[in-house]
Amino acid sequence: MTTRLFGQRVERVEDQRFLRGRGRYVDDVLVDTHAGTLHAAVLRSPHAHARIVGIDVEAVLDLDGVHAVWTHEDLPGPMAEPLPLLIPHPALTHGRTQHALARDEVNYVGEAIAFVVAEDRYVAEDAVDLIRVSYEVLPPVVGIDAARAATCAVHDDVPDNVGARMEQRNGDAPAAIAAAPRRISLDLMIERSSCQPMEGRGVVSRWDPDTSRLTVWSSTQTSTGVRGCVAARLGLDLDQVDVITPDVGGGFGVKINHPWPEELLVPMAARALGRPVKFTEDRREHFISSAHERGQVHHVEVGFDDDGRVLGLDVMFWHDHGAYSPYGLIVPIITATQLLGPYKPGAYRVRFESLFTNTVMVTPYRGAGRPQGCFVMERTMDAIAAELGLDRAEVRAANFIQPDEFPFDHGLVFQDGRELEYDSGDYPASLHKIKELIGWDGFPALKAEAAAEGRRIGIGLACYVEGTGVGPYEGAHVHVETSGKVKVAIGLTTQGQGHATVFAQIVADELGVPLEDVEVVSGDTRRMPYAVGTFASRAAVMSGSAVHLAAKAAKDKALRIAAEALEADVDDLEIVDGVVRVRGTDASLALGTVAVLSNPLRYAFDEASKLATQFVVGDPGKPPVAEDDEPGLEGRDFYSPQRATFASGMHAVIVETDPDTAEIRILRYAVVHDCGNIINPMIVEGQIHGGVAQGVGGALYEKMEYDESGQLQNASFMDFLMPYVTEVPGEIEIDHLETPSPLNPLGIKGAGEAGVIPGSAAIAAAIEDAEGIAITSMPISPSDLFALRSRKETP
Amino acid sequence: MKPAPFAYVRPSSLSEALTALGEDPDAKVLAGGQSLLPLLSMRLAQPSRLVDINGLPDLDHVDVTDEGVRVGALARHSAVLASAEVERVQPLVTLALRHVAHATIRNRGTTVGSVVHADPASELPAVLALLGGSVDVEGPRGRRTVAAEELYVGPLETSLSHDEIAVEAFFPALGPRSGVAFEELARRHGDYAMAGVAALVEVDGDDVVSASAGFFSVCERPTVVDLTCAEDPGEAALAELEPSADIHASLDYRRQLVRVLTPRVLAAATEHARRRAHG
Repeated sequence: MTTRLFGQRVERVEDQRFLRGRGRYVDDVLVDTHAGTLHAAVLRSPHAHARIVGIDVEAVLDLDGVHAVWTHEDLPGPMAEPLPLLIPHPALTHGRTQHALARDEVNYVGEAIAFVVAEDRYVAEDAVDLIRVSYEVLPPVVGIDAARAATCAVHDDVPDNVGARMEQRNGDAPAAIAAAPRRISLDLMIERSSCQPMEGRGVVSRWDPDTSRLTVWSSTQTSTGVRGCVAARLGLDLDQVDVITPDVGGGFGVKINHPWPEELLVPMAARALGRPVKFTEDRREHFISSAHERGQVHHVEVGFDDDGRVLGLDVMFWHDHGAYSPYGLIVPIITATQLLGPYKPGAYRVRFESLFTNTVMVTPYRGAGRPQGCFVMERTMDAIAAELGLDRAEVRAANFIQPDEFPFDHGLVFQDGRELEYDSGDYPASLHKIKELIGWDGFPALKAEAAAEGRRIGIGLACYVEGTGVGPYEGAHVHVETSGKVKVAIGLTTQGQGHATVFAQIVADELGVPLEDVEVVSGDTRRMPYAVGTFASRAAVMSGSAVHLAAKAAKDKALRIAAEALEADVDDLEIVDGVVRVRGTDASLALGTVAVLSNPLRYAFDEASKLATQFVVGDPGKPPVAEDDEPGLEGRDFYSPQRATFASGMHAVIVETDPDTAEIRILRYAVVHDCGNIINPMIVEGQIHGGVAQGVGGALYEKMEYDESGQLQNASFMDFLMPYVTEVPGEIEIDHLETPSPLNPLGIKGAGEAGVIPGSAAIAAAIEDAEGIAITSMPISPSDLFALRSRKETP
Repeated sequence: MKPAPFAYVRPSSLSEALTALGEDPDAKVLAGGQSLLPLLSMRLAQPSRLVDINGLPDLDHVDVTDEGVRVGALARHSAVLASAEVERVQPLVTLALRHVAHATIRNRGTTVGSVVHADPASELPAVLALLGGSVDVEGPRGRRTVAAEELYVGPLETSLSHDEIAVEAFFPALGPRSGVAFEELARRHGDYAMAGVAALVEVDGDDVVSASAGFFSVCERPTVVDLTCAEDPGEAALAELEPSADIHASLDYRRQLVRVLTPRVLAAATEHARRRAHG
């Protein structure tokens, strides 16, 4: 028997290419000098809030090498309309989106105003410098406090800056809190950060006048989404537009928002100029014009009993949405619902206001609202434990949903519009594992030892639940070629996760072929025009299930054809190493030969195809292709779940803080992770490593330093401190739990975002434990910790 | 992030380089480019001409004598750092260079470039100032030597005139009864420090004869403070310094780092001096 590959540490088939520098990214497309590619640059607003009084592009057109310049008034038809509000919601009463190029007003530093196409990017940037814009500068709204105060408004027609107000409840939380024996309240804050993929955004487009077809290469997380937008805005039939997503150097959420202005402007320019056009975002542009996330302020009221059981939880939070809201309310809805984690409060009410500010807009960044929710819930658990003098792990255990309570319905509505109903999980088992892994019970002794040496160490714990694999659907196409090679197409894009490996594992298992015979293509609308995208930790669940179903369809067909050819019963057949065999006999047929037989031919184009020509096969009394059949050995299927599947996990961290310099050092970092059945543990662990690194970044290093005028002070990698490998724990200790999901055929749950979710919560708890100072705002720097210490000493 | 247009010349002799520089008041010298090129790419600097001195002969020397270390304008940080002779004669240079950015940057960046770029956050200007070193400068009026104490005028500003090229930096040797130490605190490995201190101490027997410290990433220029008789060196240093705040360190925190690092580094330098003095 072929060894089952599902669950094996199969080496990534992508890595040879990536590690040898042979990845092919958008900027690598159409680089030959004879391709005639032109290059675009964007004039971006230097002001956070201003009315555009006039734009003078005269000097630009005199510059050698400039081909064209567009401002809003040059945009034709639908291109001139505001960009789509991708995910409308009834509570988003004042949703606003920007224009591809600003019309009349700019609302953040970085907003696109003019688009220049030139011979190369140098000239394009020279041209941008020559555009003269007169502005009437308006007072900017920067930060949540300013937005709430509403002394000035981002959008004139939204005077209170509130884009949305939303409330969800299960039971009567205020009454439950009022009746509870113990009560506390907390004010908590998380700062802004952003995705910062290694490759920024990028778009290349070529118009073919002979076939009237447009090809767009975009570094996106949804090629089908971009395709739909481009066709609609450029007035093309969908069939005229192909969107190809080559290798993507990271997305982390920022590339799921679409269309970015350049995703429309570049194809528009390519069509207008008859030359390929390329836009490659630079790092400064990524900081000031791609999306941010995280910024929220929370107020928590909680009532509980003497065992720490939460009887009522009432959360009000303010979400900084930035200048526009193209991605709807996804981030705050996720915060509002996923805040609950593995717990079941007696009653819960959550309210939020989504606020406009004159800053870069907010769309999901890995974790997508969960790190904030997790921080709030876990800080609340720690505060309850502190209030009662109980062990922090015990308080959590007292509030867990129990293994026999699944499916567990929270009585809320999740981000996908479906019930927040957890499908499966085993939180007590996870807690047991994480306590063992980090040595929770032995820590007080370690802490006392350290204290005797004048050292401060602390331990923190944080639990999360993540709704993964939301719909609506994903599909897969599996094609067995006559060579026996298997070509798989999935519609969602890939940005480094290892999709070509894990989906090949699933296909190889199902079809009984060697892994190396399976090739997976993703994100190419020519190969799979129906797809949604790569976000919400959904690829493994959604495409994994679809790939499994499509491979099964191909296998069923292969067995049916082989049974006929071998004059055997389907139930007696098996496929091993790419050969169909009749069990217990020598009779066999290569899968490639079955593929030949599946396609009745008139012409023998090679030796193998002779097997399938009209005088060789088929019953002369029947049509060569049966009525309910199709030629070819293919399987195509889609997976569409009723609701998300809920992965979970717990992180524990030990930190040391320097009594003099307030430096914060992570001594140990442990993770227990449950993403259902694991396709490839090495890849899941890689996801955890990357997530933890981003979690450390969010907890200790990264924040967007806006000044009061709305200028981003640290828009470079010199001052925006992403952790280097030297700042991330050298070893991340990992243990897995596999609680299968009952919702999909393979029992998979998503793993992509999990690693980042509890970082700030766990690290804040550990610092609090080390210092004896309440940590209510993250990230925290040594300078911040020093300020907290000073405040404690001189209250 | 592409530079604005500029003319580029790559002279093959010093006199050509000086002429190219003298002709154009907006010209800039390009050596390692590790500070200049990012400024160009962000269009924060828009010189009309770059005079690339990488083609000049005989400027990549790292000469070590009993007097001290002479580093040519084209010697890379990595070459200076790799020299065991440099470490023997003036270990402070080696200690400091270990903290300069990352290996890839040190492979290209030049020590003299760093000295005359005069970034108040960089290590080498403070080291040169503390050691009482100097820079040799070639210009239309010939060669002159500028002492470190006369070199640093303000942030990113030296007393060199536009038409001069720094061709060599001189770091005096460490005396037989002297010791040095160096410490900085950065947010991340290889970043500019939030505060940094280099110390130079001379002893006679067990007595400290002189003690001084050079501070970088604290004030607007590298600053040397004499701490010979200071009872509380941290506070004594703060009395002479005017720390500034930035997004990575508040004023209070920066002062705290001076308070913590100064006595620590002085103690280490004293220890070093005593070890050397006792042979």
